[in-house]
Amino acid sequence: MQAQLRASNLACRRGDRVLFRKLSFSLEAASALHITGANGTGKTTMMRCLAGLTTPFAGEVERSGELGLLDERPALDPDQPLGKALGFWERIDGCADPKEAQSMLGLTNLLEVPVRYLSTGQRKRAGLAALMGRSVPIWLLDEPLSGLDTSAIATVTQLIESHVQGGGIALIASHQPLAVEGLKTLELGDYVPRYEAEDEE
Amino acid sequence: MIGTLLKRDLAKFFPFAGGGASLPVMFFVAVAMLYPFAVGPDVNILSRTGGGVVWIAALLAAILPLEKLVTNDIELGFFDQLRLRGLTEEMMMAVRLLAHWLSFGPPLIVATFPAAALLAIDGPTLQLLLLGLLAGTPGLAAIGLMIAALTASLRAGAALSGLLMVPLALPILIFGAGALARQDIASLGFVAAISLGLVAMAPFAAGAAIKAAREI
Repeated sequence: MQAQLRASNLACRRGDRVLFRKLSFSLEAASALHITGANGTGKTTMMRCLAGLTTPFAGEVERSGELGLLDERPALDPDQPLGKALGFWERIDGCADPKEAQSMLGLTNLLEVPVRYLSTGQRKRAGLAALMGRSVPIWLLDEPLSGLDTSAIATVTQLIESHVQGGGIALIASHQPLAVEGLKTLELGDYVPRYEAEDEE
Repeated sequence: MIGTLLKRDLAKFFPFAGGGASLPVMFFVAVAMLYPFAVGPDVNILSRTGGGVVWIAALLAAILPLEKLVTNDIELGFFDQLRLRGLTEEMMMAVRLLAHWLSFGPPLIVATFPAAALLAIDGPTLQLLLLGLLAGTPGLAAIGLMIAALTASLRAGAALSGLLMVPLALPILIFGAGALARQDIASLGFVAAISLGLVAMAPFAAGAAIKAAREI
């Protein structure tokens, strides 16, 4: 079955404020979408909504294929060494060969270090390794480049590219420019309701 | 998947497993140790009131792990990641309930032996006490889990959970400690029934609570 992710007329809110509305897009297999938008436009909320973690205020999300989410919380036990913390998810996911993803992301030397001593960028890479261990077709990446150094950014970009070329879907919310081939861009700011304008009328 | 999750939860909460979760057991024994110092070494008073003290200590010890029971994993995004892997919140909470009970119920029951010696509790009373704790601690664990999940998104959640636990645990305490005063095993049936109801309810209530916490 081909992976697919479709949002139709989606609106999400946080508290009692509608963050964006009338958002529609459709992603087929082997495509990538870059979500941009100023702070607070609702990129993270949208990601959680697409992942099914929160219910949309209006509209629908349809998808076929399993979905993985990488956000600012990689769900790794802070007290455990990285190797053990990742090992938990490997066992849950039945991941046979985690070594390749770990070495690609430069985590091999960090496996003995407790997660709480890792830097933001290292944690981000660990989260990505856990995501890759799942081998799911749909990737939702919330700020995957934040805290990463230049070489890590190149690695992650390459990983996203090869994921998409392998028939996957990648949805990336990021402020930073992304050099992924065939990347479409969606400005979430265009879907923010203009409360001020309505007040004037 | 369930087995892996239970193993991880136990590693986190079981006393002396390295997670620093031995506090409830230490607290429990400390109460039993302090009580004779406070009321005097009169064997009659100690053996008559000792069973009740053990119950109170067990109830208060059940409050101690609540702070970390659910909140940490919500902040880590742990439940979110499990949800994305198709596990329901109810199942996560059922596993957490089992891990929570295993990490404080059986250790408390074992710690009851030294506590009984310190409080001069006699054989038949000790037997009722052990049976009562066996029947009552799952209920205490279930109340604790529900409260921990409900207060997880509140800022003063930890302090509040202690306050909420006390009145809700009262029925278990009344029937559990009441069995000792009357030397009546039938009243432990009530404890077991209350526990059973709470255990059946807890995964659904706690699961709904962590689902609701996401929507804020």
